[in-house]
Amino acid sequence: MLKDDPLHNVLYVDLSRKRFHVEARPDLFDRYIGGAGVATQLLLENCPEGCDPFGPENPVILAVGPLTGLFPLASKTVAMFKSPHTGNLGESHCGGRSAVAIRMAGYGAIVINGASELPIYLVINGDRVFFRDASTLWGMGNSLTVGRIIRERESQPGLRTIMRIGRAGEQKVSYACVSVETYRHFGRLGLGAVLGSKKLKAIVVSGKRSLPVADSKEYRKLYKDVFKAATSGATQKYHNLGTPQNILPLNKLGGFPTRNLQAARFEEADRISGEAFAEGYLGRRLACSHCPVACIHIAALREPHESEPFFYKTSMISYDYEPIYALGGMIGVGDPEGLLRLLDRVEVLGLDAISTGPVLSWATEAFARGLINEKDTDGLRLEFGDWKTYLEAINRIVEQPTDLYSSLARGVEHAASVYGGEDFALALGGNELTGYHTGPAAHVGHLVGARHGHLDNAGYSIDQKVLVEKKLTPEELGDALVKEESWRQVLSSLVICFFAREVFDMETVVACLRSAGLKFDPSALTEIGTSIHREKFRFKYREGFSFDSLRIPRRILETKSPVPCLTEEYMRAAIAHVKKRLS
Amino acid sequence: MERLRKRLVIVDPERCVGCQCCMFACSRRLNKPGLAQSSIAVRSNGGMERGFVVIVCRVCPDPPCARACPTGALVVQKGGGVRLKEEKCIGCGACAEACIVGAAFLDSETNKPMICVQCGFCVDFCPHGVLALKEVIDNDAQG
Repeated sequence: MLKDDPLHNVLYVDLSRKRFHVEARPDLFDRYIGGAGVATQLLLENCPEGCDPFGPENPVILAVGPLTGLFPLASKTVAMFKSPHTGNLGESHCGGRSAVAIRMAGYGAIVINGASELPIYLVINGDRVFFRDASTLWGMGNSLTVGRIIRERESQPGLRTIMRIGRAGEQKVSYACVSVETYRHFGRLGLGAVLGSKKLKAIVVSGKRSLPVADSKEYRKLYKDVFKAATSGATQKYHNLGTPQNILPLNKLGGFPTRNLQAARFEEADRISGEAFAEGYLGRRLACSHCPVACIHIAALREPHESEPFFYKTSMISYDYEPIYALGGMIGVGDPEGLLRLLDRVEVLGLDAISTGPVLSWATEAFARGLINEKDTDGLRLEFGDWKTYLEAINRIVEQPTDLYSSLARGVEHAASVYGGEDFALALGGNELTGYHTGPAAHVGHLVGARHGHLDNAGYSIDQKVLVEKKLTPEELGDALVKEESWRQVLSSLVICFFAREVFDMETVVACLRSAGLKFDPSALTEIGTSIHREKFRFKYREGFSFDSLRIPRRILETKSPVPCLTEEYMRAAIAHVKKRLS
Repeated sequence: MERLRKRLVIVDPERCVGCQCCMFACSRRLNKPGLAQSSIAVRSNGGMERGFVVIVCRVCPDPPCARACPTGALVVQKGGGVRLKEEKCIGCGACAEACIVGAAFLDSETNKPMICVQCGFCVDFCPHGVLALKEVIDNDAQG
C-alpha cells in the first residue's frame, strides 16, 4: 500500500462508553484487500462466539476497498455483523454515497461496538467523531423525515452519507434494513435491527481528501479506459430500464415466482415490468457516488388526498427487480400503483422489501389454508393481490399487535416453525427467497452461499446460461457455484459493484490495483478469493451452520421451473459437493 | 473587440444523476485523485428525489470574489472569471464568502481557493450531458 494511503486505518467506535480510536491495520488490508475480506476478519476478531445478535457485543463492521475513490464503480460498502435473521453471518452491501464517504473520511473500515442507552446518531466527520442525541428521532413514523432532519442539521452536503433505520429497526424486526441516501439499502439480514438494538438511529460519514497513486500518467489512462467500458456495453441495460428490465424475460421463461411460488409466471407481469414503470411512472434516475451508470430508478406517484378534491401529493419511490418480485408477483399485486405504495411503505418503515414479500405470501397461503385466522391477523383478511390489506399487514409486522405478527417479524422460517406450513415457507438458509425460480442452480446457490442471497454466486445465471442447454452433474454445478462465489469475494473486497463485474475482469483488476500501489498477480487474487470464502465459512461453522440441516421447501420442487432437473436428490448432491469443497 | 472563449456551461442540471464523476475528474486533473481538489460540486437539492445542484464558477465579468480579495490574489481574466496568484493569497476565505453560489471552494489543507479555470476536463467524464465546454463571446453571461 502506498505510504499516504489511509485505507489501513480502522475507526473503532464504542457506543457504550461513547469513545473512539483509530488503529492502523496493514496486516488485514495487505492480506485481504479490503471490503468483504477485511470485514470478515474484523467480524471474527470482534464478534464473540455464540453472541446474541441483539447484544452490545455484536459488532457492526463497515468496510471499503483500495479502489474506492480512485476508480468508478468501486462504490459499495460491505457491512458485516451477526445476523438476527439467521443467527449467523450477516453481510450486506450498499452503495449510495457510503463507500466514497468512508474512504474520503480517511478509513478503510469502521467497527462499531457496544450499545447506547440513549438513542443516538453518530457523526464521523473525517477524524472527528460525535455522538448526537437522537431521542427526538426515535419512534418517528417516517424514516424519510429522519433523513431530512439529519440532512438539514449536519454539514458537508454532497460529501456525506446518511445511513438510518426506520421503525422496523427500532422494533427489531429481524429483516429491518438500513436506508442510505433514501434509495439505497443495506437490505438483507437485518442490519437495521442490529442498529436498533444499539439505539443507533443513524450514521453520518463525511470527508474530503486526496488519495495517492503509484503512477499518475498510467492511472489517468487506465481510469479513462475503465470509465469508457463502464459507460458502454454491458452496464447500459442497468441505466436504461434498470434491473426491472428482467421482469418480462424471467416471466416469459417461467422463472418469476408468483403467489408464494404457486406459479412461476405472473399473468399481470406486463403491468409491473421495467417497461411499464418507465412508461408510466419513471420520474428520475440517480447514481451512487463515482458511478456513471446510474441504475437507480425512481417512480413519481401522484396520489389524491381522498378528503378533498384537487388536493394531491407526489411521492418519489425507488423500484428494482427484486422489490417488484417480492411485493408484486410474489403476493399477486399487478396494480402498479398499489405496488408502488407497498414499496413506499417498506421504505418509510425500513424493512427489507425482499423478505417482506415471502413473509406476506406465506401468511396469505397460511390464512387460506386455515393455519392462521382473523384473530391472529388482527382482523385482516389476507388475499393475493389485495395491496390495501397488505399495507396494513406491513404496518402490523412492525408494530406487532398479535403473536402472529411478532412471529412474522422474525421471518418466514420462524413463523412456519410456530404455525406450520414449512412446505410453502419460502426461505433458504433462513433468508427469504429472491426472485429467481430459474432452476436448481439458483436455489442451491442461495442455500450454499455465505449470505444466502442470489448475488453470492449467481446461480440464476448458471440456470439460464448453462442448465437450460445442457446437463451438469451436481458436482459440476457445485464447482461452478464455488468458483463464482470465490471470485466474487475478490470483487466484494475491492467493493466493486457486481453490475460492473464484466468491466472489472482479472486483467483490469490487476492493473487498477497496480495504480493503487498494490502488486497482486492473478493467481494471488484467485487464492485470496478462495481464502476469504473459506474464512466466511469459518465464521459460519463457528456459529453453528451446517450444510446437512439446510431445508428445501417442498414448494420449490413442486412448481415447474425452466430447468427440468430441479429435484431434491440433485440439489442435495450439489450441496454435498459444495460442503466437501468448503470443509 | 469580440473574441471567442471557451466556457464550461451547465447545459441542464435536471439531467444530473449525482454520480459526481465531474468532481473526481476535476481532482484527477491536478493529479490528486479523490475529492479534495475539486472546483466543481454536486449535491442533492434537499434530498435526492428533488435532483441535484451543480455548483461551478459562472465566470462573472466583474467577479465579487476578486473584489473581496484583500491582497489582489484573484486576478480577473479578460472576458470574466479569475486566476489565483497563489503567492499573494493569505487564505482568509473572503472570496468564498463573497461568492453567493459557493463556487469558490477552499482547499481544506492549504485554505486557498479552488475556482474553475474552464479547462473542460470534467466534460468528458459527464456521461449524462449535464456539462459542456462551449465557445462564447467575451462578457456573454453564462446560461
